[in-house]
Amino acid sequence: MRQTDAADQALDFFRDRFGLDERQLGNGLETALERSIDYSDLFFEYTTQDGVVLEEGIVKSGDRHIEQGVGVRAQSDGRQGYAHSDEITTESVTLAAATARAISQTVADAAPVAIGERPATHDLYPVATPPTDVSVELKSDLLSEIDVYARRQDPRVKQVMASIVCQHRHVLVVGSDGRMVGDVLPLVRLNCQVIAADGERREVGYEGMGGRYELDQLMQPSAWQPLVDEAVRAALLNLEAVGCPAGTMDVVLGPGWPGILLHEAIGHGLEGDFNRKKTSAFTDRIGERVAAPGVTVVDDGTLPNRRGSLNVDDEGTPTQRTTLIENGVLVGYLHDRLNAQLMGHEPTGNGRRESYAHLPMPRMTNTFMLAGTDEPDDILRSVHKGLYATSFGGGQVDITSGKFVFSASEAYEIENGRLGRPVKGATLIGNGPDVLTRVSRIGNDLALDNGVGTCGKDGQGVPVGVGMPTIRIDGLTVGGTE
Amino acid sequence: MSASTAQVGDAEEIVARAIECARACGATAADAVLVRSESSEARVRGEEIDFVKQAHERGLGIRVLLAASSSDTPGLSSAVTSTSDLALETVERMAQETVALARATAPDPYAGLPETGFASEIPDLDLFDASDEGASVEARIEDALRAEAAARGADSRIANSEGSQVGSDASTITYGNSEGFLGSYRSASHSLFCEPLARDASGMQRDYWMTLGRSLASLEDPAAVGRHAAERAVRRLGSKRVATCEVPVIFDAVTAPSLIGQLVSCASGYLIYREASFLAGRLGEPIASDLVTIVDDGRLVGGLGSKPFDGEGQPTRKNVLVEHGELRSWLLDSYSARKLGLTTTGNAARGVGSAPSVGTTNLWLEPGDAGTLEDIVAETERGLLVTELIGMGFNPVTGDYSRGAAGLWIEGGEIIHPVEEISIAGNHGDMLCAIDRVGSELQWLGPRAAPPLRIASMKLAGE
Repeated sequence: MRQTDAADQALDFFRDRFGLDERQLGNGLETALERSIDYSDLFFEYTTQDGVVLEEGIVKSGDRHIEQGVGVRAQSDGRQGYAHSDEITTESVTLAAATARAISQTVADAAPVAIGERPATHDLYPVATPPTDVSVELKSDLLSEIDVYARRQDPRVKQVMASIVCQHRHVLVVGSDGRMVGDVLPLVRLNCQVIAADGERREVGYEGMGGRYELDQLMQPSAWQPLVDEAVRAALLNLEAVGCPAGTMDVVLGPGWPGILLHEAIGHGLEGDFNRKKTSAFTDRIGERVAAPGVTVVDDGTLPNRRGSLNVDDEGTPTQRTTLIENGVLVGYLHDRLNAQLMGHEPTGNGRRESYAHLPMPRMTNTFMLAGTDEPDDILRSVHKGLYATSFGGGQVDITSGKFVFSASEAYEIENGRLGRPVKGATLIGNGPDVLTRVSRIGNDLALDNGVGTCGKDGQGVPVGVGMPTIRIDGLTVGGTE
Repeated sequence: MSASTAQVGDAEEIVARAIECARACGATAADAVLVRSESSEARVRGEEIDFVKQAHERGLGIRVLLAASSSDTPGLSSAVTSTSDLALETVERMAQETVALARATAPDPYAGLPETGFASEIPDLDLFDASDEGASVEARIEDALRAEAAARGADSRIANSEGSQVGSDASTITYGNSEGFLGSYRSASHSLFCEPLARDASGMQRDYWMTLGRSLASLEDPAAVGRHAAERAVRRLGSKRVATCEVPVIFDAVTAPSLIGQLVSCASGYLIYREASFLAGRLGEPIASDLVTIVDDGRLVGGLGSKPFDGEGQPTRKNVLVEHGELRSWLLDSYSARKLGLTTTGNAARGVGSAPSVGTTNLWLEPGDAGTLEDIVAETERGLLVTELIGMGFNPVTGDYSRGAAGLWIEGGEIIHPVEEISIAGNHGDMLCAIDRVGSELQWLGPRAAPPLRIASMKLAGE
């Protein structure tokens, strides 16, 4: 790794646009350090976002937003002071630094910080054309094409809602350890929602995809047509779905997006802040068995072009692959700088924030289970009576009790090893530290999701990825109406 | 007051200038919203400060509506932009960009500003307390420390916490449009949230309690918040699962408002014209038990959802949405109203970065005559009292409902043990019709409130 193009571009961007130079930044940090402060950093952000939305056959609206600002953090004995401003000037940095340092009352001798160290980073998502530079006309035309295509698939398709959302984000982190590192992050997303009706019955189907890559990649028929096909198929399938049986049963989860199970049941509970405070159901369990043999779960921010990937986290730490569970045993936590330091661990490149207006926290990037050796068909055939779920809406976890829930948007009954009727309204409920101990089969078909996940924590949303091979879980509680 | 009056004047000038610029660039109509806010937040754990955060923020959003250049295409195309940079040249450039963006979208015959009916006066709804201005973050940290100490001192089983968090923000909202409306109002909100952890041989449990208000004086005593939060966490210790069954389910002051919120989200004009709601086509029909009357009123004095005018400058008002079980009104802004051949209900919600949509203001379920939560529990032979819901298992198109739950198990009219790792499921349409008890007390824990209520039967999934 070396200081990459993305890091250089970010630096040049803030230098050119806002006239920031190393000396001024060093002086800004000096202001923060005039109290007894262990560490201080500046986080600059300039984000352009645009979106176009189609419904009822027309592109009804377009929007474009610019979000810019700087956040100053001062850390003292585990306490954090934070102040931010939507102006990026030397004065606003100094003012914010004076507010943030109030976390400590003890006056200290400070000197300007010598800024210079540029840590090596990845270059995971270079794009030739920022997605927010692609014309709105091209985006609108694609949405209109999607509308026509979706309606042509089946006369039962009554409504099509489609949208394209693009983001281009510049960030720059300057730390009181002299470190200065930036990143330029593209993010694209295409969504398609279809409502199908048959007689009195109406159902919805959804599919989306995205990541940190050229928008052009999404605009190819070979990319968007299968996505629209999926949304239509899901809506039509739901027209046939029956109520889901309630109770405890064996469950098979399909590959890809069902990896949200790992995110909810495991991932959040392994974030460093909850473990440092000892409020997680996984507290003090490193080295213990928390999953069946064969289960290995990692968080990897270094996958090229993925929605959850980052060259550096929002504290300037390069991302990495962190093993959380290895062959069933808990081996690691996800850390930002503060929690790593307080626990005597190394940061793992998981310090993330929604924007300059937020404090960083330990967050996931792309979280997935490694492949096993079972054939997916054999896994299905192994279940006498149960549930097969292939797509999910969303989930939530209680970190402390470990209880989690997530809602299936596509699921089927399994009868004697064969797929039965589609069911709707299935909710899976379980206990995080226990659920993976019930994994009895692991498929050889690891897949990552299509790039649509957003994780919420303490009111901050960040893009994430998940993945999983087909797995079988014995005796999971399924919520339903029948 | 002079400084704040000057700030309002300044904000109105910026909004008026943005609209003028948009018109000068060719906009047929335009509106703009400007929000300025000052906020502070802090969290403590035990006796230690976790973080203190302070911010000044501002944002300007411009919407442009544009008639098609060829006169035979009816309707207006539209676009929205936003920025936090309020320099005159930025505002001018943005107005220009918004017009260009609007040219790239399709004309919509229903798009437009409301033609008439703008708020002619701006009533004082007691949305902030001038004596709170300049209240220091240090004083609020003291409140958090008191809540934290009370929670930790309430029971020997409380030994840890996620912390106690306080927040205060004061905003000025200014909205104007090319029909000539220009108005501003100030509002504030203050909160205290306490989340302790209880622990015994059975494991760890968390719960919370909170207080929210427009003024510091209206907040509950921090120590009382802490004690209440501790009680809630302690009573969850020893939670068990129960067997899959069908039982009556009671929702309390924390969980009942979510049911009412979900129902009303399905009455949004946008979901109705798209036929994306299970309520579509059912105006005037019975949709719930006759114990159910639901009201939205944007003008409650001191209400957490109150505002003098909505996101399109229309006066807010009282709307009865469901009356004795009959669906009486949708929630509408001017666009969804035009789509449905109706008039706006003054429920336009408007963020800086978005076009108007529909939102609730102060929303509540009218109290009934079933007494307190304890009275309803005493009347229940066997069932579940739900104290927390997790997950997103609600489908507005079909009304299908399936969520994770935690709560208390009832046998013989008495609470006998806490319950967790279960789900409750049904269809919203059936659930609303099966409401057979509505309590007599309304407790406001946010802009939505509902008395405790009971649904006669739901499917519970457990062991």
